[in-house]
Amino acid sequence: MKIFTLILALVWLYRPAIAQKYKSQKSTITFFSSAPVEDIDSSNDDASSAFDIETGEVVFSVPINQFEFKKNLMKEHFNEKYMETEKYPKATFAGVISGYDSSASGQQHATAKGNMTIHGVTNNISIDGTLVILGDKVTMESEFIVKLVDYEIEIPQLLWKNIAEEIEVTISFEYKKI
Amino acid sequence: MKALTLEKLFYQLITRATAVLSLVACSFITSAQENLFSLLDDDEGGPEPVTATFKGSRVILGHSVKTKAKGELEFLITHRFGRLNSGAHNLWGLDNSSVRLGLEYGISDRFNIGIGRSSFDKSFDGFLKYKAVQQMTEGAPVSVVAFTSMAIKTTPRESEDPTIEFKDRVAYTYQVIIGRKFNSNFSFQLAPTIVNRNLVNGLTQENTVFALGMGLRQKLTQSLALNLEYYYRFNEHDNSPSLNSVSIGFDIETGGHVFQLHLTNSIMTIERSFITETEDDFWDGDIHFGFNISRTFQLDK
Repeated sequence: MKIFTLILALVWLYRPAIAQKYKSQKSTITFFSSAPVEDIDSSNDDASSAFDIETGEVVFSVPINQFEFKKNLMKEHFNEKYMETEKYPKATFAGVISGYDSSASGQQHATAKGNMTIHGVTNNISIDGTLVILGDKVTMESEFIVKLVDYEIEIPQLLWKNIAEEIEVTISFEYKKI
Repeated sequence: MKALTLEKLFYQLITRATAVLSLVACSFITSAQENLFSLLDDDEGGPEPVTATFKGSRVILGHSVKTKAKGELEFLITHRFGRLNSGAHNLWGLDNSSVRLGLEYGISDRFNIGIGRSSFDKSFDGFLKYKAVQQMTEGAPVSVVAFTSMAIKTTPRESEDPTIEFKDRVAYTYQVIIGRKFNSNFSFQLAPTIVNRNLVNGLTQENTVFALGMGLRQKLTQSLALNLEYYYRFNEHDNSPSLNSVSIGFDIETGGHVFQLHLTNSIMTIERSFITETEDDFWDGDIHFGFNISRTFQLDK
């Protein structure tokens, strides 16, 4: 029995070699901030991601300066004052998705655990979402909260009524097998 | 009994080996994630426009390389009090004030128009501003803006001095503004300028004045920046009472507003006035406290 465990462990080691990799074809990231003075929403279609369906490993990379806002000034402030985009041009996530069956087709629940880096600050987090496997295509969707304080994003006192301390983020990625 | 102990030892070894292998496997995962990152089509380092060189359309008095984006309308109030050294009787200048009310609009991201009206000599002004070159993260090292303005002085009124014709009231300014954001915190611009006044007092003033404007921005915190501005004149009449314009100020930003607080020896915010008609001596204490307040409205996008 224990020998069997050892064999299993060895097989598990070999799994990266037989990995099934997927790359994002389409992506949308939106965020929403609700504060007394104004609601701010923004979206970004230029993020990219890669996913290994066998191991569950997943990576995301988001160019911060591609977030679009309804006001130009918001974009300028977002990049210059809060995200310091010139210093930290990208947000990334690298982790492992678990809780799904890679052979099952259709929608299922999954959890991603790993390191999220925004504004140059890395946090280990866990995000719940859904995963849809349909042949060569995989779709991932999730909604989660980002607390600005966790990523050392500071809001000037004068603006605390304009910007929420917690931002709702929604992501949707479509992958294709490569 | 002995065999069992050996057996236990063996399995313990296996368990440990598995643990070690798992750790090795983890490092495989890390490198596998790096491999996954290499799959991403990151358009790494594609040239991007450099933004926020200056936060206001003005460094302090003169225009900066910033242009309003398409559909942005800015309402700009510039306010200058009297001289700080005018004494307690005048509440150190606060009793006097000179205001310009202005509107600026982005016809495109690069082409702006504006109008304004100043209280000091009841001038109307209008300007055209075009960004010919946009500084990029790779490529163009500077932004270049072409600027021209026309100012019409409505004092004295026609009924007071019928000899003054319309053309005598007009002054034109032509500027090329070359600005660069050196890093996230520091920006600098140079503005070669020609001011042409159609009617001047020939005993003390030249019709055409050549000048060089210099402006810089040093960011102090995320919402606060220090600005300096200086206009050097190359030619002026021998008997001219005019002096170069010197200004120091702070930009405070709050969302759609920019508050600019400053100390300057110039009274007005239009090019003709502050470049060629500044008569107060900054270094002698003839300093005016002033502020610019702007509110930007996004009309369409």
